Amino acid sequence: MLEIKNLSASIGDKEILRGVNLVVPDGEIHAIMGPNGAGKSTLSYVLSGREGYEVTGGSAFYNGQDLLAMEPEARAAAGVFLAFQYPVELPGVGNANFIRTALNAVRRARGEGELDAVAFLKLARTAIKNLSMPDDMLKRNVNVGFSGGEKKRNEVLQMALLQPGLAILDETDSGLDIDALKIVSEGVNALRGPKFSALIITHYQRLLDHIVPDYVHVLAAGKIIRSGGPELALELEAHGYAGLEAA
Amino acid sequence: MTALPTRKLEAWRYTDLKNLAAISFVEATPTKIVAPLPDLGIPRIVFVNGTYNAALSTPPDFLSSFAKVVDESSLPLVQINAAHAHDGATIDVPANIDAGAVMLVSYANAEMPMAFHPRHRVVLGEGSKLTIIEVAIGQGVYWHNPVTDIILHEGAALSHYRLQDEGLDAFHLATIRAQVAEKAAYESFSLVIGAKLSRAEFHATLSGPNATTHLNAAQLLRGRQHADFTSVVAHKAPNCASRQTVKSVLSDHSRGVFQGRIEVARVAQKTDGYQMNQALLLSPHAEIDIKPELEIFADDVKCSHGATIGALDPEQIFYLRSRGIPEDQARAMLIRAFLTEALEPVTNEAARVFLEDTIETWWARK
Ligand SMILES: Nc1ncnc2c1ncn2[C@@H]1O[C@H](COP(=O)(O)OP(=O)(O)OP(=O)(O)O)[C@@H](O)[C@H]1O
Ligand SMILES: [Mg+2]
Repeated sequence: MLEIKNLSASIGDKEILRGVNLVVPDGEIHAIMGPNGAGKSTLSYVLSGREGYEVTGGSAFYNGQDLLAMEPEARAAAGVFLAFQYPVELPGVGNANFIRTALNAVRRARGEGELDAVAFLKLARTAIKNLSMPDDMLKRNVNVGFSGGEKKRNEVLQMALLQPGLAILDETDSGLDIDALKIVSEGVNALRGPKFSALIITHYQRLLDHIVPDYVHVLAAGKIIRSGGPELALELEAHGYAGLEAA
Repeated sequence: MTALPTRKLEAWRYTDLKNLAAISFVEATPTKIVAPLPDLGIPRIVFVNGTYNAALSTPPDFLSSFAKVVDESSLPLVQINAAHAHDGATIDVPANIDAGAVMLVSYANAEMPMAFHPRHRVVLGEGSKLTIIEVAIGQGVYWHNPVTDIILHEGAALSHYRLQDEGLDAFHLATIRAQVAEKAAYESFSLVIGAKLSRAEFHATLSGPNATTHLNAAQLLRGRQHADFTSVVAHKAPNCASRQTVKSVLSDHSRGVFQGRIEVARVAQKTDGYQMNQALLLSPHAEIDIKPELEIFADDVKCSHGATIGALDPEQIFYLRSRGIPEDQARAMLIRAFLTEALEPVTNEAARVFLEDTIETWWARK
């Protein structure tokens, strides 16, 4: 369970999150929508431990662990996974080597045995097939020369292999073609279960047709200003944020 | 004895030997081995404090006995070496033989400051092939001043991988001179992680058409280490290619130097010369000096030099950490990635694994 209480954070002297309250119980998927610059990515970065943010108040616990006190790698080992809005290119680092190193680091931290190259490749090939991705995805350097959509799919591949307990997907649907959107959604839905929860940040109701959320929240100017069921997304699609922000 | 070069000499502008000059060295004497020697399961030639050690060696067939050095070089360090050299590996491979791979290990254990000046000689006959994996390790205050002369006859190919992992109080000043005949290839890669002060000075002469050379290196330095990579590539025949990719990873107060000169003679048309220097500064106190020089007398040549200086990208480190990879390992991966192009000439699998392991564990050594 993810419990965010009154979370405030700033960059430099600019306050971005202004008291976010959000609880995502195990087994649930929550969507976060909201205007550009509202602080959605900031929230996902603060939860995953990126440097450069000052948490000025509040807390974030995952399964009882104080996320904000943990190193990013410890958060990953605890099961937190962020699919980046802008996945990072790593020239000179092979994708297979990267994902295997990540998987083994997480397994080590959890006291599980490491996978050798052969066992990993078997696992990775199956995941790639399930996500209908080209095989050479593993051979290339991480995200280097990947199209926008390929980068997003690579995030989902990592998620499928790392099997997180809490996935934060930051606009993973942006840049995906119609088929890829379905495939990626299936990837998320395949992880659904009593021990999996997700925060899905998106601008488009369309994604939520495929991954039906339990709740939809609207984040604006650093606060959750409205929460509701999946129908809230439809309402936003029809009327935009203007009316809400005034409320 | 010939005097040590000083910074007044253009070739020594960036590397100051005054700390070396201040030490009085004794002649090296035999010693006991207190560290494990690298073993890749291939023939191994071992020198201990500069003297061949038969008990530790499993020499290849083509190792011959040391012959007295006659040398008229004007290079001060080569002169000093010539005056003192009393041992060294003499490798002589006849024509048309694939001689496999051999390790050349220099181990030093200096209880008192000592100096040794080995003279190695490698001759490959027409069409022959050899891989040399050279490793220099040791402890204590010592000065290792090896000179390696390489003669590659027509179509011969030498892959020369060097790991300079000397003790952190040591001085390592190596001179490598390679004569590369028609269609022959001198492929080298040096990994520099040891010594307080070091220099690897390469002189490669491409003397026949279609001769090629790679003079690549990676310097991984910390503390107050100083490492100098100096090269002079002489293109003396048409259609030759020389490629130098030197990468420096510099932390703390360390300092890297690259001086590379490409000389293209009038006859050396269609020369392809390439130099790339890239430095990764891991500390605001680290320093890199880069001095490329081109001296071109032919009119149809392609010579390029590029240099970049950067730092590790915090976005990349965070991306790796967000996937569960601990910070130190993330840095090591990015350092390894940065070095990729420099490692290109390392085609021998055993050498590659050996060098990559050394690179991957370097960051964690601190
Ligand atoms: N490094 C930074 N320095 C200064 N301001 C920043 C920095 N990073 C983000 N911001 C600002 O913080 C605010 C929130 O940004 P954030 O990326 O969280 O928005 P978002 O809700 O994800 O928007 P989008 O829907 O466009 O992705 C924006 O006004 C942005 O300009
Ligand atoms: Mg965003």
